[in-house]
Amino acid sequence: MDKLLEILRGVNPDVDFTKEKDLFGSHILDSLSLVMLIPDLEETFDIEITPADLLPENFESAETIYAMITRLQENG
Amino acid sequence: MKNILEYLENAAEMFPEKIAFADEFSTITYRELLLKAQMIGSVLIRKSIGRSPVAVLLGKTPESLAALMGVVYSGCFYTVLDAEMPAARMNAILKDLAPAAVLTDQSHEAQLKQTNFNGPVLFMEDLFSEQPDREALSRVRAKSIDTDPVYVLFTSGSTGVPKGVVVCHRSVIAYTEWVGKTFHLNENTVFGNQTPFYFSMSVLDLFSTLRNAATLYIIPKKLFVFPAKLIDFLRERNVNTLYWVPSALAIVSNWKLFDYTPAPFLQTVLFAGEVMPAKVLNYWAAHLPETLFANLYGPTEVTDICAYYVVNRVFDDAESIPIGNACDNCDVLVVTPDGREAKPGEEGELLVRGSFLAMGYYNNPEKTAESFVQNPLNPYFPEPVYKTGDIVKRNSLGELLYVTRKDFQIKHMGYRIELGEIEACVYASGEIESCAAIYDADADQIILFYQSGTVDSPAISEALRNRLPKYMLPSRLIRLDHMLYNQSGKIDRNRLKLKYESEYKAAVPHKKGAEHN
Repeated sequence: MDKLLEILRGVNPDVDFTKEKDLFGSHILDSLSLVMLIPDLEETFDIEITPADLLPENFESAETIYAMITRLQENG
Repeated sequence: MKNILEYLENAAEMFPEKIAFADEFSTITYRELLLKAQMIGSVLIRKSIGRSPVAVLLGKTPESLAALMGVVYSGCFYTVLDAEMPAARMNAILKDLAPAAVLTDQSHEAQLKQTNFNGPVLFMEDLFSEQPDREALSRVRAKSIDTDPVYVLFTSGSTGVPKGVVVCHRSVIAYTEWVGKTFHLNENTVFGNQTPFYFSMSVLDLFSTLRNAATLYIIPKKLFVFPAKLIDFLRERNVNTLYWVPSALAIVSNWKLFDYTPAPFLQTVLFAGEVMPAKVLNYWAAHLPETLFANLYGPTEVTDICAYYVVNRVFDDAESIPIGNACDNCDVLVVTPDGREAKPGEEGELLVRGSFLAMGYYNNPEKTAESFVQNPLNPYFPEPVYKTGDIVKRNSLGELLYVTRKDFQIKHMGYRIELGEIEACVYASGEIESCAAIYDADADQIILFYQSGTVDSPAISEALRNRLPKYMLPSRLIRLDHMLYNQSGKIDRNRLKLKYESEYKAAVPHKKGAEHN
């Protein structure tokens, strides 16, 4: 989880990602930052994120992103 | 036909129970749309503000489109305000437009309060309590003529001050007739709408839907960020027609969405608003071999579009897609700096004449006189043309090719250079999300900003060295985590220039400041 928070802070250093629950609605994540975020996540956690994983509910908060990572690691 | 409301009335008569507009949460049938628009129109008529601007500040919903039609029913013309724009910009627009009223709803009240607007405010929640006043509506209609404005849409001027483009019924009708006939739209057409209603491209979606009694689905914005269900959304609603900006089409190709979910149901895919990278088109065309693709070109000042090219051959990843030829009932001229018609292959500025032309800029005679000028090739009678500021040329097939913005054509080391040509080569060099070349005139240097998850500067440099003459190579390549975009989703070159000057350019002592100290 700490590694994830570090990556997210790289996307936007001004946000407290432990508290934010609506990353899209509050315009913190957009299509461009997502394009940057995905390769970072894939490399750091050794997972493959496919378009099927690009659901709003997977990217609501640091917690939901972490849950997705854990799931992909288990399935991988 | 002289009024765009005839489109709505015909559709409501023929297909009253058909869905006209819908989003994720709500739908509106043609019968409901007509009724709501007439109710709103009746309330506005009672305010006796006729033939004045009314600003509409609402979310992107089916009901907001009823509000636009309601404004037109009252004999007024509408301006769609972007609910997400900064308060300062909204203030600038409201000041320039000085609307006779603002039409909003309770969820946007707080935003309106942040501005200095102190005129009448109407809330959507209060407008549907009384039946339409048919007598008043007919009275207003009888007086309307086809050169009355339908709307004023604000575009960001190159100086950063928005300009309101005034477009009348005749222009919208001439344009919408061309769209419908050229792309064979009919009551089976189902649009998947991407562009915002404050952006000129949505004029095609909105009025083509009404003209053809088609159906338009507003695609939720979040599906362009998290696109897992983007194609499913289109399939579930039987969407067959798209008119998107290339960056939206690029989301599909970047994520290779068609590799997971094919979309053979898409019959017509139109695009405009910025240069379409051939690479993106090639991905779409490879996966949709039966689909018609067309590149549309034009500024807000010619309603939306003045020239188009139906894709009929395969393009190399580094090639530019032509902008083709003039639309029906519209004419384009290519004029050289010395004021004559360009020969085939010769570059010149693109001028547009005909009914698609806007009336000018609202409350701005100076800017209007700069861009809407007498046809330089016709000294015999008054004939306005719009100067697009775009440099084009004709290829050997007689198709128009977009070369660059007049402002992007630079002289560097004595050579005339199109920054767009450099960008096209960068796009062809690998998986580039976005790029923009700017020119630092003081230092006589070309600077390239790019965004890419996989390609780095040395790789781009090498690719450019293989494709471009030495004098076209950028002096600096700057990788950005996020490209800068303006409100309509286009690359914001003004902000990139400022960013370059403040963050990257080697600090030069401020001479003025030094003198004063």
